[in-house]
Amino acid sequence: MADLRIKGLHKYYGSVHAVRGVDLEIAAGEFTVLVGQSGCGKSTLLRTIAGLEDADEGTIEIGGEVVNDEPPRRRDIAMVFQNYALYPYLTVYDNIAFGLRARRTPAGEINAKVRQAAGMLAIDHLLDRFPRQLSGGQLQRVAIGRAVVRSARLYLFDEPLSNLDAQLRDEMRGEIKRLHQELGKTMIYVTHDQIEAMTMADRIVLLRDGRIEQQGAPLELYERPATRYVAGFLGSPPMNFIQAELLGDGGGVAVRLTDGTTLPLPASRTPRLAPLAGQPVVLGLRPEHIARAPAAGLRAGQVRHTARIDLLLPTGARTYATFALGGAPVVAELQAHDVSKTGEQLELAIDMNRSVLIDPTTDHVIA
Amino acid sequence: MRRRRLSTVLRTAAAVLLTMLFLFPIYWLFMISFKTAEEIFAFPPKWWPSRIGLGSYAVLFKDGDATTVANSLVIAGASTLIAMFLGTLAAYSLARWRTGGEHLANWIISQRMVPPIAVVFPIFLLYVFLGWVDTRVGLILLYTAFNLPYVIWMMRGYILDIPRALEEAALVDGLTPWQVLWQVVLPMSRAGLFATAIFTFVFAWNEFIFALVLTRTEVTTYTVQVTHYFGGQSNFWAKISAMSVLGTLPIFIVVGFLQKYLVRGISMGAVKG
Repeated sequence: MADLRIKGLHKYYGSVHAVRGVDLEIAAGEFTVLVGQSGCGKSTLLRTIAGLEDADEGTIEIGGEVVNDEPPRRRDIAMVFQNYALYPYLTVYDNIAFGLRARRTPAGEINAKVRQAAGMLAIDHLLDRFPRQLSGGQLQRVAIGRAVVRSARLYLFDEPLSNLDAQLRDEMRGEIKRLHQELGKTMIYVTHDQIEAMTMADRIVLLRDGRIEQQGAPLELYERPATRYVAGFLGSPPMNFIQAELLGDGGGVAVRLTDGTTLPLPASRTPRLAPLAGQPVVLGLRPEHIARAPAAGLRAGQVRHTARIDLLLPTGARTYATFALGGAPVVAELQAHDVSKTGEQLELAIDMNRSVLIDPTTDHVIA
Repeated sequence: MRRRRLSTVLRTAAAVLLTMLFLFPIYWLFMISFKTAEEIFAFPPKWWPSRIGLGSYAVLFKDGDATTVANSLVIAGASTLIAMFLGTLAAYSLARWRTGGEHLANWIISQRMVPPIAVVFPIFLLYVFLGWVDTRVGLILLYTAFNLPYVIWMMRGYILDIPRALEEAALVDGLTPWQVLWQVVLPMSRAGLFATAIFTFVFAWNEFIFALVLTRTEVTTYTVQVTHYFGGQSNFWAKISAMSVLGTLPIFIVVGFLQKYLVRGISMGAVKG
């Protein structure tokens, strides 16, 4: 049974159509990440679920009950806000206890729950402090504590890590995921950061212009994107897109790039692609599918290509190398010592098994 | 090093001098109230009385003149409470629900721009008709009406400064909108509340024109009472000063206690448009 079920949801802000017909089901205990660029409607969607915004059309069901007309306090949800939203005039303890007190929890139970939540988040030594005495990471822990201390049906996170520096963000990502595993609660998490989405989600819901572009398990979206937008959104560095034309010659299919380079596609893809021969396509290649070619012997589906390296971005474990392919700059993810300096000629192996072909007129992935 | 110390000394000296200059009239007021009649008019002037005499005050209390201070307290206090209560509610509504659209707030503050003297006689006639002349209720309502725009405008600024997420978090946590106002908005705007209340109180406390026109004998406020001591033949300086001291003390005490809120309240959020 779905813990949250949204049907045909629309939300307008004056003339701005922020959410344009969203249908979404979230199962109990699932960790769902709503991801998309700013302005895609993800926060609006979350706030509408919370009841902080009214739905203009459509229904929202929590636990099988339509809550459209219920105020936030009757929806039995807990929420973590981007700017922490802690009460500056209350101690950490009182901040965490705030929601329990509002719901008239007995004092002894409040005490036990606050201490348990604080212990789980390693903030038990801060309970007597005021928010102004805490660091950003500690504030975020308190804000999370205030939500998880409640036994709500739904836990909502609105970009909770976007105010933290990179290192803390990494740490808190793991922390929140661990919390979800321990508590097993239904959580909906909003972020614009695709890495957060990939690392944390059981399921990613990718939003674009107020609509769901695609939803599914993180690897499913990553490996089988439905559209160019999804393919380009997930992954860092992003997928390379190259203009090409589909060629079909007797035995198999290939793509020809604008500079004449022809890259044959594996035989397994021939039946699907042969009828489309002659059509323009966009070839999508992930950086990790381009490697340094071995001296001899390529795996099936790999294509050898010699390129001059224009730019190197070493990160330690990997080195990102940019070269020109079919008139476009293309990034390859190489081993740290595969290449030593720019300008070098390098034999590359492009794995066409994993390539994505996109129809340039619809931006939908063909295969 | 030495140079810096010298400049500190000079600056401190200048500050002390200025403070003395500003405080001197108040000092003089207090001193006169303690002096005997001869000392008041002594020439050259006596900088301090030979002994602290409370005779002038005794007269005020014996004649019942001191009750005008009590009148002022009741009238200013009650109108402040009412204006703060109504004004804060209205401000919250304007700030959070955009009640009345974009311009209602501006219209409200424009009501404060009316010169009181322009409306004093129409109001007098109205009050005669209503039978409110020389009543506490009359002055309380009038001061409330005059202070409301100010309270609404100030409180709206403070409330706009409160991050909305704090209220939303409270709503999600299980509070009703009224509880949010009480448990989140008011604590968050405490400094502003006190600062606004003090200014409102001081306005009502110092108000003269309406009090003069709308009171006779029953509810005379201390500001009006002071003028009774200016006579055609002579001025009763002892009474004037003692009455003025009585009228100044409550403000001194209130501001003294709430000073930290006053400074913070003035410096925060007050200029939101």
